[in-house]
Amino acid sequence: MHKVIIPIGPQHPMLKEPESFSVTLSGEKIMKFSARLGYNHRGIEKACEERTYVQDVYLTERICGICSHSHSTCFVQAVEEIAKLEVPKRALYIRTLVAELERIHSHLLWLGVAGHEVGFDTLLMYSWRDREIVMDILASLTGNRVNYGLNAIGGVRRDVSAEQIKDVLKAVDALEERTKYYIQIATQETTLINRLSGVGILSPKDAIKLGAVGPTARASGVDRDVRRDDPYAAYADLKFKVITDDHNDVYGRTLVRMGELIESYSMIRQLAKKMPEGPIAVKAPRKIPAGEATSRYEAPRGEDVHYVRSNGTDKPDRVKVRAPTLANIQTVAKMLEDRQLADLPIVIAAIDPCFSCTDRVTMVREADKRSKKLMEWEELHSYSIHWYKHHGIDFSDLNKKMRKKLG
Amino acid sequence: MIRPGKMIKQVLASIFKKPATMLYPFVKSEMPKNFRGKLLFHPEKCIGCMMCMRDCPSNAIKIRKVGDKKFEADIDLGKCIYCAQCVDSCVKKALEATREFELAALDRKNLRVTFNAGPEDVPKG
Amino acid sequence: MLIFPGLAFLMIFGWAAEYIDRKLNARLQNRIGPPWFQPVADFIKLISKEDIIPEEANPSMFRAMPVFALSATVTAIMYIPLWGTEALYSFKGDLIVVLYLLTIPTLTYFLGGWYSTSLYSKIGAVRALTQLFAYEVPLLMSILAPALLADTWSLSRMAVFYNTHPWYWLFNLIGFAISIIALLGKLEKVPFDIPEAETEIVAGTFTEYSGRLLGLFRLSIDIEVIVGSALLAAVFLPFGLSLPPALGFLLFVVKVLSIVVILALARTVFARLRIDQMMVFCWKYVSPFAFLQIAINLVLKGILIR
Repeated sequence: MHKVIIPIGPQHPMLKEPESFSVTLSGEKIMKFSARLGYNHRGIEKACEERTYVQDVYLTERICGICSHSHSTCFVQAVEEIAKLEVPKRALYIRTLVAELERIHSHLLWLGVAGHEVGFDTLLMYSWRDREIVMDILASLTGNRVNYGLNAIGGVRRDVSAEQIKDVLKAVDALEERTKYYIQIATQETTLINRLSGVGILSPKDAIKLGAVGPTARASGVDRDVRRDDPYAAYADLKFKVITDDHNDVYGRTLVRMGELIESYSMIRQLAKKMPEGPIAVKAPRKIPAGEATSRYEAPRGEDVHYVRSNGTDKPDRVKVRAPTLANIQTVAKMLEDRQLADLPIVIAAIDPCFSCTDRVTMVREADKRSKKLMEWEELHSYSIHWYKHHGIDFSDLNKKMRKKLG
Repeated sequence: MIRPGKMIKQVLASIFKKPATMLYPFVKSEMPKNFRGKLLFHPEKCIGCMMCMRDCPSNAIKIRKVGDKKFEADIDLGKCIYCAQCVDSCVKKALEATREFELAALDRKNLRVTFNAGPEDVPKG
Repeated sequence: MLIFPGLAFLMIFGWAAEYIDRKLNARLQNRIGPPWFQPVADFIKLISKEDIIPEEANPSMFRAMPVFALSATVTAIMYIPLWGTEALYSFKGDLIVVLYLLTIPTLTYFLGGWYSTSLYSKIGAVRALTQLFAYEVPLLMSILAPALLADTWSLSRMAVFYNTHPWYWLFNLIGFAISIIALLGKLEKVPFDIPEAETEIVAGTFTEYSGRLLGLFRLSIDIEVIVGSALLAAVFLPFGLSLPPALGFLLFVVKVLSIVVILALARTVFARLRIDQMMVFCWKYVSPFAFLQIAINLVLKGILIR
């Protein structure tokens, strides 16, 4: 049968952020799938090196809009580990409270997006309406609906009053009732189950081999969660279950995320009861002593890893971010083998892609070669000109026109 | 019980509920109390330590000296990321975040706001 | 005839039906929804924009397809009895002609998408034809069943038959349910809006269309809703046909709008099916009921018409 290559190009209604996939189709069946990353690369890691630690807290927060608190907390944890700061307990509890609220907001967003990708717009409208409850609570706690700006090196910037905790508990009660309704819909609506089951199958062995993290791996039975395995912030004091599922497909991932929502509600209630009194920050030095640290964090999408190296000045030497979607994107090619084109949107949506997090400096290494290739700036410049000329695009007369115009 | 059309009861009940949409320009929404909106500068409290300029992640605020112990601030609303780090860094609490968020303008020049110091704005003590 | 039941009446009624569909969809989703003039405004905006034809497309076929779609649906209304027992023109076998005229728009979606030579349009076009194989058989079977009972293939004579034998239309209720499901497929509404799946293939057949041609396509879809619902109302709900014209007109409007409301409800409550799931569903679950309805009607014909 005749093969066509269609670009699920940078702009496509199914993608919320630009990323280029090229899909080889034969009729409706997918023969090959390949991804090309890099459309959202903004040079954040380099920009972190030119700003002080205080400014970097806000810069790392803007790596992603949905998991912003995850990146900022992970960075701050790494810096605090290098500077050997003792963060007060109340600050850790407040950070965990906002982290769990962020997880709720992210999973409700995912539910709406998944509903939209299978054509179930009603689920989108309802779950995003309920997400407004969480956004309003976060706005009253931290001052903004996304990009909370709560962290400071050494603690948090704002305190939580008793009345705000009461509001949080009321919101959590309302949300728990709605979440139970969504779990009922997800497990009992026939058309939805038909679209979600049997799609995007990833066996446990493949999940471990390809390095899947987060709900994508937990739905294949891989029992890994950074909150339990390597507790940070206040998670060592909380009792919670790690939800795994053995459906191995998109339906399993839905159940894992819904289960995590219910766990988050119970965790928020425990935090509200156990919140200790005390200061909310310690004074952090402007110049962090030399050292390096790695910190891990369980973002709503999976495990987020930050590495920070300092050299005694007030600007970091190197910051490296490994976002969870970068680990999950390699599983998509495996999941889409021998599937239909109609499954593509929901499979990509099921790993909860956040391409803004993903596009950092990536080293592509051939599977059998052991050497690494590193290009300097000039070599990269001439390589790009040569690549475009090879594909028939010549920038030389455009360059001439621009030089003439700018004088 | 698995059946198609499970949402039908809730969906039909929504006809009788008020819609969740707010008709925005006609119905304004109130931001919460400690919302980080547009900045407000009090020139009489500023001592010119420039800590806010040092800590701003996007170089949006500039403090100028216009006289003996008199300072003015230029804030570029387009560059400001509304993180309120300057509010925290200021030792004399001369900066404050208001709740104003409708800051769109048709011309980029209108986004630069200057807070002038009056003749009597000299810090006390 | 130009005014009624011609293009002007169909356009206004089509826009009203689209408004009710969108408003109801919005209210069911707890939103406000568009104001009453939204479909008219959309149409006027599309008509006033420039059509852009891709370089590799075939210009004459590309331009001709919306016109064919619109003319086929507008012609079909002439043979459907609306509120009396007489359609505008009727002859023996016009039921088959109406069904064929309603298949022409689907063919134009396929041809329009194929001649656009864009990858997304081609996939959408092929899906439109594949979907035709799934729903066409139940639709035809279930519409044929009341015709069998009435012993005629002319819509107007069917209306006369059911008018003289009131309450016989209650035998056809299974067929009514089946034909509503099949009508969802023909009009490409969720759960069967596979040829125009927004999140998978951008806009399917209509990806490359813009401006006046897209306006005509959207208008023909709106009118197809009215014509399909009117056909269903004429075949399955033939009561109250001997009322005076004003009341009959009102009853006709109520019948068509209630079918539109059922379609809007289905749009809200279901997710979209995949094309292979749709084939399985239509052939395994829907067609047997259509055959059942025909069997019931054949038996009844033997018993009742003696």
